Amino acid sequence: MDKSWVRRIIFVVGLLLLWQLIAMSGLWNKTLFPGPLQVIQRLSAMVSDGSIFIATLVSLKRVLLGYGMALAVGIPLGILMARRDWLEQTLGMIVSGLQALPSICWLPLALLWFGLNDTAILFVVVMGSMVSIIVAVTDGVKNIPPTYVRAARTMGTWRLPLYTEVLLPASLPSILIGAKLGWGYAWRALMSGELLFVSLGLGHTLMMGRELADMSQVIAVMLIIMAIGLTADRAVFGTIENRFRQRWGLAKT
Amino acid sequence: MSKLSIQGISKRFDGTRGEVWALKDVSLEIHKGEFLVIVGPSGCGKSTLLNIVAGLEKPTEGTVLADNKKVKKPGPDRSVVFQDGALFPWLSVQKNVEFGLRRIGLAPKERTERAAHYLGMVQLTQFKDNYIHELSGGMRQRVAIARALAVEPQVLLMDEPFSALDAMTWESLCEDLQQIWQRINTTIMFVTHNVREAICLGDRVIVLSARPGRIHAEFNIEIPRPRHIDDGDVARLAQQISRAIKGEHGHHPEELLYG
Repeated sequence: MDKSWVRRIIFVVGLLLLWQLIAMSGLWNKTLFPGPLQVIQRLSAMVSDGSIFIATLVSLKRVLLGYGMALAVGIPLGILMARRDWLEQTLGMIVSGLQALPSICWLPLALLWFGLNDTAILFVVVMGSMVSIIVAVTDGVKNIPPTYVRAARTMGTWRLPLYTEVLLPASLPSILIGAKLGWGYAWRALMSGELLFVSLGLGHTLMMGRELADMSQVIAVMLIIMAIGLTADRAVFGTIENRFRQRWGLAKT
Repeated sequence: MSKLSIQGISKRFDGTRGEVWALKDVSLEIHKGEFLVIVGPSGCGKSTLLNIVAGLEKPTEGTVLADNKKVKKPGPDRSVVFQDGALFPWLSVQKNVEFGLRRIGLAPKERTERAAHYLGMVQLTQFKDNYIHELSGGMRQRVAIARALAVEPQVLLMDEPFSALDAMTWESLCEDLQQIWQRINTTIMFVTHNVREAICLGDRVIVLSARPGRIHAEFNIEIPRPRHIDDGDVARLAQQISRAIKGEHGHHPEELLYG
């Protein structure tokens, strides 16, 4: 086995042991400082009654829907903004302004517009991730070597084919960076939103743990949220990114 | 009849340090089937001239006629081999060469066949499924040549295509390009800063002077083909021309000689 994995496993096992020992020492109140065994117990209870799956599915559905919408609007808009000065001078100004606004700040507005429902949270997720996608895609398209476009033009490629056959594939690596960033923002926005309101979902389950003073549940749900974020980042984006980097001849990450 | 007619082209750039004339009143006729080379020191506007012919830049004054039609924008009748190849890394070698073929109205099968034909011409058939980053610099320029030839242009424009290659690759590409040109009998406008390369390749060599770029001298090269970059005749003529340019114009010979 790889040496780095040995180190990692030793570290994690050590950490869990230390955690369990501290929890058992009675230094802190057990309800406020449960050990890993209690967390695992709570987790398996949530697995066996199915509640954690429902919460996860609800959250995933929300984030995928919002994220999908953000991608669908953000990528074309980002490409256009890089190619049209007037768009960048106008819309670009708004986008960089919105970048400074944490996505959860959209929540009060969304609640007033849409009420206490899924649409409001969807809105927050879209606003949170779309802006970062637009910015990353715009930067990426601007960094396309100008000779690609020149070469395409000398071969008679204009308008839509120029976008679909040159600009889009040429900027795919940076679109991917934007998509990855956007995913992070979408996931964070959803969790903040779910913590504050909206029934079901992981964020809500997390808050329920607090209301029931069930620290094991709080920690268990936190671990689930981390696991989902990490899986998307490493397994999904990592894999796609490596494939692109190979094909485009960029160094592997 | 001229394939290309460059008439009174001037190009002014308005930079931060005021206006600069990159080209001043350049007129030139390029005949059908001719291999014309434009040579000059860096900053003489030779690439600008090629870009204007390609339609990638607009002249400040003057017009370019390609087959008696005014050049307004780039098009596959004047395809370009760029200095850095400008190949698309997301496409295989084969797909790169096929790139322009859909736009000129070829069916998928014809595209594949034509790309294969030109890849064979540049001796890269066995690399057709590779991606660009897997190729050496010389192979990339071969792909770029195949891609530009595949659209079967009226004039092939080449913008210092060999300037980033090592000496051995450069030699073999100079030879192969002559062969290809003789085989398909196309018209070529080739830009370089290297006098020896210019003489090795060209039927006619136009020397541009710098700031502003003007036609400084013109030479018909009578050395029989195939010429080799190390041929005595090529080297001698290169020296003579470089000396003549330097003598008349006060240029540093290094600026013009040897890449």
